[in-house]
Amino acid sequence: MFGAPIRRTEDPRLVTGNGRFLDDLGHDAYEAAFVRSPHAHARVVDIDVTEALEVEGLVAVYTYEDLEADTSSRVAEPLPLLIPHPTLTHGRTSYALARDEVNHVGEAVVMVVAENRYLAEDAASRVLVTYAPLPAVVGVEAARRAEHLVHEDVPGNVAAVMVQETGDADAAVDAAPHRLELELAIERSASTPLEGKGVLAEWDPDDRSLLVHTSTQTSTSVRQAVAAKLGLPVDRVEVVTPDVGGGFGVKIVHPWPEEVLVPWAAVRLGHRVKWTEDRREHFVSSAHERGQLHHVRVGYDDEGRLLGLSVRFWHDNGAYTPYGLIVPIITSTQLLGPYKPAVYRVEFHSLYTNTVMVTPYRGAGRPQGCFVMERTMDAVAEDLGLDRTVVRERNFIRPEEMPYDQGLVFQDGRALVYDSGDYPASLEKLKKLVGWDDFEAFREQARAEGRQVGIGLACYVEGTGVGPYEGGHVRVETDGSVVVSTGLTTQGQGHQTMLAQIVADELGVPFERIRVTTGDTRRFKYAVGTFASRTAVMSGSAVALTARKVRDKALRVAAEALEASSDDLEIVDGVVRVKGTPGGSSSIDLGAVAVLSNPLRYAFDEAAQRATQFAPAGDPTKPPVEPGESPGLEGSDFYSPVRSTFANGMHAVVVETDQETAEIKILRYCVVHDCGTIINPLIVEGQIHGGVAQGVGGALYERMAYAPDGQLMNASFMDFLMPYASEVPTIEVDHLETPSPLNPLGVKGAGEAGVIPGSAAVASAVEDAEGFPIRSMPISPSELFHLRLRHREGESR
Amino acid sequence: MSTETKVAVSFTVNGIPQRLEVPARRLLSDALRHDLRLTGTHVGCEHGVCGACTVLADGRPIRSCLVFAVTLEGADITTVEGCCRADGGMGPVQQAFQDCHALQCGFCTPGFVTTITAYLGGNPRPTQEEAREAISGNLCRCTGYQNIVAAVQRAAELRGGDSP
Repeated sequence: MFGAPIRRTEDPRLVTGNGRFLDDLGHDAYEAAFVRSPHAHARVVDIDVTEALEVEGLVAVYTYEDLEADTSSRVAEPLPLLIPHPTLTHGRTSYALARDEVNHVGEAVVMVVAENRYLAEDAASRVLVTYAPLPAVVGVEAARRAEHLVHEDVPGNVAAVMVQETGDADAAVDAAPHRLELELAIERSASTPLEGKGVLAEWDPDDRSLLVHTSTQTSTSVRQAVAAKLGLPVDRVEVVTPDVGGGFGVKIVHPWPEEVLVPWAAVRLGHRVKWTEDRREHFVSSAHERGQLHHVRVGYDDEGRLLGLSVRFWHDNGAYTPYGLIVPIITSTQLLGPYKPAVYRVEFHSLYTNTVMVTPYRGAGRPQGCFVMERTMDAVAEDLGLDRTVVRERNFIRPEEMPYDQGLVFQDGRALVYDSGDYPASLEKLKKLVGWDDFEAFREQARAEGRQVGIGLACYVEGTGVGPYEGGHVRVETDGSVVVSTGLTTQGQGHQTMLAQIVADELGVPFERIRVTTGDTRRFKYAVGTFASRTAVMSGSAVALTARKVRDKALRVAAEALEASSDDLEIVDGVVRVKGTPGGSSSIDLGAVAVLSNPLRYAFDEAAQRATQFAPAGDPTKPPVEPGESPGLEGSDFYSPVRSTFANGMHAVVVETDQETAEIKILRYCVVHDCGTIINPLIVEGQIHGGVAQGVGGALYERMAYAPDGQLMNASFMDFLMPYASEVPTIEVDHLETPSPLNPLGVKGAGEAGVIPGSAAVASAVEDAEGFPIRSMPISPSELFHLRLRHREGESR
Repeated sequence: MSTETKVAVSFTVNGIPQRLEVPARRLLSDALRHDLRLTGTHVGCEHGVCGACTVLADGRPIRSCLVFAVTLEGADITTVEGCCRADGGMGPVQQAFQDCHALQCGFCTPGFVTTITAYLGGNPRPTQEEAREAISGNLCRCTGYQNIVAAVQRAAELRGGDSP
């Protein structure tokens, strides 16, 4: 099964309308709506709920005062800073409901609970909040100027300053025979899953237990966070992740204010409470990413080899930093891609603005890093008059240099050491796929037809499968079916299918007999979450190790029953038999082995009779369950790697730019992708397609358009231009498989890869078509048009 | 308890006659999802752009988040649940989605299934370009659309290319 393009077992349910997403649950629950700040920065002066109280069907209205009054819990404290870092000297997080100040449009101020959402919104619209507006800080430039502060007690709006270096990079640049400086900028976009967030909570007052359903990327950590906030024993809280309509990073953040408030209200009201985020709420109160401004200094020799690279950048972290510095740390480290500059220095400032906070969105800081490095490579090639692929090739880490230590600390706190990869081979494949060497002929042909075309490329390396760990549980039931669970969650990646493929092979059972559960703390309590392209690496490995343990036990139990040595046995198609003897008398099916593995006093069915105390099975001189053994054919195991595994890939894009309208059309989009060993090529290609579509969106269409006063001007799907089928090109994919030496399956992550080089590759192609530098993305036809005018007037940088 | 005035409306959903009493402002999407518990119809934007909530009214695709349930008096409505085979198995468009890996999270899928079902009724043998055009009013954040385009053509094949 491993490596086969198996159709997904998730699909029959999902395509027939039988999925189970958050808002498909809890039809009889009370529903919550929120009054959110219309100001980017303001003091909350007064909240008057009088008129709201007149709405029939209203159940409750909560403000910060109500949270403060509940001294039995910690709901009035700021939300946790999830990933602290020593350089994050001024980390700030929001309150679940604003205390006395709001720091971005969309921040929750009042929670309203009513019989249904319509009534809750009626009541919310009647809450009168009086604000005293404060000056808003919007955009990196304003944050740097620091004429106004987002948080009074954060000087210069600086949350953190971090430096990593492998030597004196600026001296190396100064001493190099050639030097360049570049200013590069990339704008905000966002995950924008089709399903927003949502929470449903049910309190059982007799059992004093709480069941929370939430559309999250980490149910185990939400469980810990909710228990901590509500002051409940962790043991009394369970969190279930139903089908999740996309995550792309935004749902890894937790606990969201609503993930605290909805359970809190459910406990107080003794009634199920639900909140389903609407689209506008998602735009203004979830999270964004990408916005950064970079200054690059690079020094290189006559061949284009980088002798020194010094990068300073300014990262807009929005109003709060609950997810720490993960995004800029990833940018600063993964910027290096497949290259090995002799000396590297990076310094970043993470800055507060009065906008929605910034947390990882698919790619998580890598698209910015890749954009910066690849623009630099193109600039070096242009300066020396070299082919762009040649400059890259000369700077590649060679396969024989693996494992390669970049001399930096990565986002997991571990050394940035690449485990494997063959970058020259990947580049060769890409050149062949896109026809790099034949492009000039195509350009000439197009020119003769009055058309203007360009080609570009971009390379990336992606650290995937970060720790600390994931686990798996595998149990063979007495009917021979197998149930598998892992603690992390699923948002459409086909984990059910992929993990079943692994177990089918490891355990020797038919694929159809395996059921997989993810993201349900009732089934598996120890997990980290689904992010950083880590599920196949982490849970895949954990489940494989677990299946091997269960297989060993099955062979031990079967060996006794068959009076054979377990070394002589194999499991094929769910039957344990003497090796190479299909259909022989010396065989026992796994269901029967499961029966025998659980010594019984009572026979609950016919099969169980075989394991009861007067049945012939077992040695009467030994305890029925021997020391070190446990009843049942099941096991659990964990996988915890010393560090991340590094996937890589390269994209090439051919564009046509309309000479009159400046419309940018992608003619071809080619991908070479190396995620180590592939478990299911159908799923991996699907992940690449989806990533590329988001990359194209980020390159040409998507941006968060903030007005100077902090209003998000395009907080709807009408105005935020997410690509439709008409905007996404056909994607041509080729694979290279260099297995990871770090895990038992040789796999690397594939989830985020497709999005990473999008802006870099498109910028490279547009630059090639136009003949002047592209330094800022995304790029719209209007921007390209004005760039052309400026360039013609000789003003272009 | 809310005393909102309710209005009676009768329509057929997936062949079954339904009579509801709902507030005049209740959206068709909410009536289907929460009153009739047909939760296959999903709501992705509530402003008619994403297409996840698309259902067929008298065979024509409409955005159920943009219409009030009471305006559908007498209509014949088909939701994604109604695009299954008579025995409850996957219908041709649904089967094509599985065959082509045309879905990932599955949230937008019901809107694509209904849209494509209606489209193939009038265009039983679309070219690849036509297939792409047919789905270009629905948003998907997961797949990059390529496999959905393939699924349109695969569904046409499974239906045998006949008009209904």
